[in-house]
Amino acid sequence: MTRKDIIKSKLEENFKDASLEFSEYKDEFVIRVDKKFIDPVCRLLKTDNELEFLMCEDITAVDWATRKNRFTVVYHIFSLKNNIRIVVKADVDEADCNIDSVSSVWRAANWQERETYDMYGIKFNNHPDLRRMYMPEEFEYYPLRKDFPLMGIPGSLTLPKK
Amino acid sequence: MEVLKKDEVNPKILEALLRDSDNTVEDALDNEMILNMGPQHPATHGVLRLLLKLDGETIVGCVPDLGYLHRGYEKMAENMSYYEYIPHTDRLDYISPMANNVAWVLAVEKLAGIEVPIRAQYIRMLIAELARVASHLVAIGSFAMDVGALTVFLWTLREREKIMDIWDVLCGARFTNSYTRIGGVANDAQPESLKLIKEFIDQFIPNLDECERLLNTNRIFVERLDGIGAISREDALDLGFTGPNLRASGVNIDLRRATPYLQYDKIDFEVPVYNEGDCLARYFVRTDEARQSTAIIYQILDKMPQGPIRAAEPKKVLPHKADVYSKMEELIHDFMIVNFGINPPVGEIYHAIEGSKGELGFYLVSKGEGHPWKCKIRSPSFNNIQALPHLVKGAMVSDVVAIIGSIDPIMGEADK
Repeated sequence: MTRKDIIKSKLEENFKDASLEFSEYKDEFVIRVDKKFIDPVCRLLKTDNELEFLMCEDITAVDWATRKNRFTVVYHIFSLKNNIRIVVKADVDEADCNIDSVSSVWRAANWQERETYDMYGIKFNNHPDLRRMYMPEEFEYYPLRKDFPLMGIPGSLTLPKK
Repeated sequence: MEVLKKDEVNPKILEALLRDSDNTVEDALDNEMILNMGPQHPATHGVLRLLLKLDGETIVGCVPDLGYLHRGYEKMAENMSYYEYIPHTDRLDYISPMANNVAWVLAVEKLAGIEVPIRAQYIRMLIAELARVASHLVAIGSFAMDVGALTVFLWTLREREKIMDIWDVLCGARFTNSYTRIGGVANDAQPESLKLIKEFIDQFIPNLDECERLLNTNRIFVERLDGIGAISREDALDLGFTGPNLRASGVNIDLRRATPYLQYDKIDFEVPVYNEGDCLARYFVRTDEARQSTAIIYQILDKMPQGPIRAAEPKKVLPHKADVYSKMEELIHDFMIVNFGINPPVGEIYHAIEGSKGELGFYLVSKGEGHPWKCKIRSPSFNNIQALPHLVKGAMVSDVVAIIGSIDPIMGEADK
């Protein structure tokens, strides 16, 4: 059994209703999961003795603009023990624009989720400190959404008071 | 922010406080103040702003504030072709632009499925390692300057200046190089520049030894760093440390070994690992890595084969300029690539290299167009700064400067 099969069987065994999908593209192993199960799935991937995905390398989102589920939140995690990097994905709809935070699983996720929130406006439930990362707090838009113009919106950034 | 308890204060500081009879711990912990450090503070290595909550001189809380150098590079990437973005990667980690160039083209090549000639891969390894040496020299020098050893800064910058001169001969630019191309490199490494590199590394190790002698025998330098800003293996992993910072905490991971790219599996080198996890260990890892990099460069110069420097894929790889002016076919390909881009197949990939600050990765989503649909920069500095509040807790104000220097953040890539 390869390492990918082990991950597959462990997840399928524990999460029967999480509508798991597995795929592979250019030697990257991708797990698609229902967003309700993102926290327990990540927790299992981190804490399981055989898997030990201790490093959360990156969290980001993709704005598909016209799809039904507009956003996909993408997690890149790395296991030192097995020397393998996998991708976990969860779809988020614009009407219900939130997903559970995994910052209680990996503390590194804290800022990565803040950045995703700043850029896409996806709320992370139970996040300890969900502030904007780069943009000012009073900024009303989410710059990496496809409907935000490249040139910016005039007057949207307030200048400091003199 | 949480308030520190007495037993959470660094024992060294507590001991020092207790020794002073006029000053009781309770006094020091009673009075709190908020100190704003940066963004225009020379010791924060750019425009990093820290809000520090102090009890006396002990730090009980720290909130970093980023975004002063946010230029929206991810948004810009969605609106320009893969080729056009290469110069912008120079401006991410502006201390080692060559490594960023390499990371970007490797990600695009993985997305587009381009196989690069061996000689070009060796040249890329060569420039990536030189960039690592240059970056570590700046890191060590400015770090030493932050804690008061000015001479070393001048000496390491003198060495870095020689690398800049090599880059000038190699690719025509000293600072913002943009040397790599998708499918290869801009121009071949001429024997003249290889000779310069050989001369540089021959004299570099004795000079690095000199710098190290100056620091390692400097009692002030060592005592200001020993045991300061220590982080355990578990915390370092959990908080997203990568690169030299993570290896100073006893985690033996180097992406050149773990997920070999280019020709690193043919090169023999060691991965320096220290277990202390404090500022001193992070400094030692950087000097050791600079040594290992020179060993790698020697091997690259020995093993580098002759051959083409760009892949023979006319639809995806820019032709040589001389051919564009003299051949019809090349002119058409050049026109198509410049105007419409290289259109990689629909898909999404993540590729990371061991940059000089840590794991530098690009996540690219293609919809089959000339522009990336999405580009995410996984920058090491951003994730390294995240651990700063944990590191400075319980330290003194003057230690903050040392700790920032030891994790070596570059705000260009942290703010994107």
